[in-house]
Amino acid sequence: MSASSADPTRLHVREMAAALRQGSLTARDLAAAHIGLAHRQDRALNAWVFFDDERALAAADAVDRRIGQARRKGTLDALPLLHGIPVALKDLVVTRGRPSTAGSRILEGFVGTYDAFIAERLDAAGAVVIGKTNMDEFAMGSSTEHSAWGPTSNPWALDRVPGGSSGGSSAAVAAFHVPLAIGTDTGGSIRQPAALCGVVGLKPTYGRVSRYGIVAFASSLDQIGPFGRDVRDAAALLQVVAGRDEQDSTSAPVAVPDYLAALPDSDDEAASSLKGRRLGLPREYFVKGMEPGVEEAVRAAVGALETAGAEIVDVSLPHTDYGLATYYIIAPAEASANLARYDGVRYGLSVRDGDVLADYLATRGRGFGAEVKRRVMLGTYALSAGYYDAYYVKAQKVRTLIKGDFDRAFESVDALVAPTSPTVAFPLGARLEDPVAMYLSDACTLPVNVAGLPGLSVPCGLSEGLPVGLQFIGRAWDEAGLFRLGRAYEAVTATAAWRRLEPTDLPRLDDPSTPAAAERLERAGRSGAGV
Amino acid sequence: MATLSRADVEHVAHLARLGLTGEELERLEGQLNHILDQYRVLAELDTEAIPPTAQTIELENILREDVPGPSLTVDEALSGAPERAGDHFVVPAVLDAGDGAA
Repeated sequence: MSASSADPTRLHVREMAAALRQGSLTARDLAAAHIGLAHRQDRALNAWVFFDDERALAAADAVDRRIGQARRKGTLDALPLLHGIPVALKDLVVTRGRPSTAGSRILEGFVGTYDAFIAERLDAAGAVVIGKTNMDEFAMGSSTEHSAWGPTSNPWALDRVPGGSSGGSSAAVAAFHVPLAIGTDTGGSIRQPAALCGVVGLKPTYGRVSRYGIVAFASSLDQIGPFGRDVRDAAALLQVVAGRDEQDSTSAPVAVPDYLAALPDSDDEAASSLKGRRLGLPREYFVKGMEPGVEEAVRAAVGALETAGAEIVDVSLPHTDYGLATYYIIAPAEASANLARYDGVRYGLSVRDGDVLADYLATRGRGFGAEVKRRVMLGTYALSAGYYDAYYVKAQKVRTLIKGDFDRAFESVDALVAPTSPTVAFPLGARLEDPVAMYLSDACTLPVNVAGLPGLSVPCGLSEGLPVGLQFIGRAWDEAGLFRLGRAYEAVTATAAWRRLEPTDLPRLDDPSTPAAAERLERAGRSGAGV
Repeated sequence: MATLSRADVEHVAHLARLGLTGEELERLEGQLNHILDQYRVLAELDTEAIPPTAQTIELENILREDVPGPSLTVDEALSGAPERAGDHFVVPAVLDAGDGAA
């Protein structure tokens, strides 16, 4: 196959990189193909909140010039893998001279005065950032419906959510608008949308990626990570953004291994790495309310790993059921402190209503959406005089117990394997009026954040025609081990029929009669804008 | 653990500097109490002897050299200001000038 004659948006990153180096594809054509597709389909999908066409094409031209020079000098091999590869940033990654709203009206019109660490790294690697993706406001949500800019649809079923909060990134990758995207994960916001959109998403160990320049939600839980359409693509993106950064004191001085070097192209070789691996199956993760089709797909995936030589060990994480309450105290408490900075004085929305106090009340009352208000209220309450010990300190103590569960499990197993989400993508509007039902979307992912561990979601088939995610959870800093497991799972299921399917509703994205995502939510009788 | 009254919700909204409508306050009263109900499970656990965890990666005192370096210019720092006067952000007066004006 000649990469230039085929549709370049369907290629894997390694194939794009090879085509660029061979000269069968230019970075400009690659960028233009992705930008064109994203523009054409975004009315119906609403995965994007900002397109940076001019800058992206200029960056691609610069890539083409550097590739030309490298070809003349014989130094093509020295170019970074992501050179010329289109990437999306979640709309909470601050970049100089560009807007970042974090999905919030309170940051409408905000323009960055500096680049986030990861944006600098991507620029240095020659990646071509083509825009910023939709998200739940301040990353608070599991459906991307809590965006001030309207909901994003799921490419597999446009009347369903893509998951969240990084749903714009997961939908854009699933719809081939970009091969790679950055997300953030505070309680599942990379892994859950990856699962619901049928792509790969990794939440790295807390401290693996610098959060400098990322709009903060819950600072002891937030972590940045990659989306890709396969494990090797996602690993290539983590490689570029991982590592110590002096500007974020919580970014850890831990060496970053060469992830791709340990991920063989050969399926046989990848599958053979499963032999003798001990994988724990935490019984508490098959939670109440889990859809039978999801459980079936996950258990089939576990069976495939076992057939290929992995040893499946039944394990217990006894405090799993306390994860939800623990998380929904700690995360809102930290959020209420982080979001105190939006005061209408220095940047963002400013509503004048009399004195300074009246300005704060009016700016924040008008600027924040319903979910953000709920969480700021919860967090303020949990930290307020008389309740601090009962809620916040109690939750921090239970956090110790939850982390202890994982520590004990990892004494006897190499990694854990579990569902990512208890359900497939749910219909737009279905959980908007019931916050607790929405919060339960993350029951299988948020304990991992509470414990600071890495988690990888890979597609493991379909239930009722919608993607199901398989989650691998690892020891701290063992992203490499998770990638190897994810790659091995891809290898043992390489010939599965579902792997060849593209998202069902992609053709509808090109149909001008398809309603926009916001219209579909309205038809569902709900609006994300009110409380 | 407590139940939030409407007055409690108003108090917390004030602490959080959120200007909420009557309708928002009413809905939040129900929703917050429903969420607080979910927190009750934590009371089942005896955590008397358990130390709290604030962060998970056991790092301490990460220091860097205190070296002056380039920072934002005044214009950059003020570039997002809703209102600017010279090199300053503008806010409503917070001190009484003594002439009756706020």
